[in-house]
Amino acid sequence: MSIAARTEGLVRRFDETVALDRVDLEVAEGSVLGLLGPNGAGKTTLVRVLATLLRPDAGRAEVFGLDVVSEAPKVREVIGLTGQFAAVDELLTGRENLRLFGRLFHLPRRAAAARADELLERFDLADAGDRTVKTYSGGMRRRLDLASSLITRPRILFLDEPTTGLDPRSRVAIWGIVRELVREGMTLLLTTQYLEEADQLTDRIAVIDQGRVIAEGTGDELKDSVGASMVQVRLERVADRERARSALLIGGCEEPDHADQAGELTMAAPDGVRTVAAAARALDDAGIGVSDLSLRRPTLDDVFLELTGAHVEVDGHRPEVDAPVGEPA
Amino acid sequence: MSASTAAAEAGPALPATTRVWRAVEDSLVVTGRNLRHFVRQPQLLIFSTIQPIMFVLLFAFVFGGAIEGSLPPGVTYVDYLLPGIFIQAAAFRSTQTAVGLAEDLDRGVIDRFRSMPIARSAVLVGRTAADLLRNVFVTLLMAAVGYLIGFRFRAGPFDAVGAILVVLAFGFVLSWIFTFVGLTVRGAEAAQSAGFVAIFPLVFASSVFVPVRTMPAGLEWFAGVSPVTASVDAARALSIGGEVWDPLVQALAWFSAILLVFVPLCVWRYRRMG
Repeated sequence: MSIAARTEGLVRRFDETVALDRVDLEVAEGSVLGLLGPNGAGKTTLVRVLATLLRPDAGRAEVFGLDVVSEAPKVREVIGLTGQFAAVDELLTGRENLRLFGRLFHLPRRAAAARADELLERFDLADAGDRTVKTYSGGMRRRLDLASSLITRPRILFLDEPTTGLDPRSRVAIWGIVRELVREGMTLLLTTQYLEEADQLTDRIAVIDQGRVIAEGTGDELKDSVGASMVQVRLERVADRERARSALLIGGCEEPDHADQAGELTMAAPDGVRTVAAAARALDDAGIGVSDLSLRRPTLDDVFLELTGAHVEVDGHRPEVDAPVGEPA
Repeated sequence: MSASTAAAEAGPALPATTRVWRAVEDSLVVTGRNLRHFVRQPQLLIFSTIQPIMFVLLFAFVFGGAIEGSLPPGVTYVDYLLPGIFIQAAAFRSTQTAVGLAEDLDRGVIDRFRSMPIARSAVLVGRTAADLLRNVFVTLLMAAVGYLIGFRFRAGPFDAVGAILVVLAFGFVLSWIFTFVGLTVRGAEAAQSAGFVAIFPLVFASSVFVPVRTMPAGLEWFAGVSPVTASVDAARALSIGGEVWDPLVQALAWFSAILLVFVPLCVWRYRRMG
């Protein structure tokens, strides 16, 4: 499979801050690479370098074999970019926006108009096509922004946090569009701070933190890398917590590496289901009431916590960088 | 796959004539987009038109009586003032070039343009060209208002066209300075303030409102060499008669010098962005 985008030892600094610190990445043609990380991790900087908007300080980046610095004009012919902040023209209508970008891609006037109509239809904006973008909702803007970057059917699309700040319904709509693009064979580089989004939409995930790629693999590989499954216990009485912990240790569970809410315990289960059975017996022997007991695989949040000591964003909450142990997740 | 993508795959660069034509085409498209912005913000257009009209009326009627005494005999203050106000209004409006550009930068529109295969010059040319066309509209409107309160182009129709051209050239040249400001200063409001700080003293320390020989010596010298005075004097001579060539040559020298410095500066700044 050929490589759609590649970076080698990519470095970019802003004054004293190192936004990208020797980043090596590859996006295979026809695949979706998710770049997962908290705010300020360097995701946007990486996308901007690949989209020819920022020059790297060191290392190189190429798109379909074209260098983003020395061959920038050719790179621009094959990429589409949808930024975190919808870069559409507020004072133009949706249709005028698409025609404008079509004309700037050197489509003849009539072809640009036809393409605009087609995209408005496809992105469910046909009814709003003649209203100025000022009157659009956040979700509509984002859809128009996406449509704008698809005028000439780019070979690779950069989606920089496509759903940040959107309500759940709009988010699902964008996910639907992204899935459709993937089915059509579009290569995507998608940045996100949402675990679920990375899990749902991407083939591979690169976890990025403070300008470095700290892990890479499929969602499952990353989860496996954290190791054992977890036993999750919900107690009937919060006061039983310490006794429950002792019982679980007797049952073969291992100390958790992060704390839960007061009425809950999450501990590593090295032997999986067997540990669960032993743990259940131990709790029963100690006479501790349990309202729920389950075995769960590690989530991407566990991966992130393991790698960085911080949680990533889950559904609209800000990531807690260096969250003190003992705080609820 | 579209024609432009296929072209990229084919590899070799476009022939020079195609590239030039595309740059012109891109600039026209961006100009059209900016003009559409003016129409979509009628309040902006109305206020940027009312403001110079207000200046015309206030200065003509408030200061007219006092200033007329220091004017050459037979010249009314309205005739004297109008060419100055044309220039003053063009100078104030040129700061809007920086504001428009800064807004596009803030909103990410320029990022999208820069990620697309369009001529690098199109954003800058499209901006200054649209602002030039707006100047044509506002200047003609101001001349019409001037006619209502007694102003006349007394040196004939050809000179009148010349006077308007001087005003437009002055505004165009200044918008390149403010293109640079817009590309350099972050934020539309900062661009706006930076513009006024530069423009106010230049406009008032010139022959826009009063003859420079009424000023103290140091200021008179400054006003005498100012591009604003040269432009006003040229436009004024072309409107109501008087020595044309001296100020016109001085103004054209200023225009060329400013363009020679600021066009390359803007292009350099735009290319180096990021």
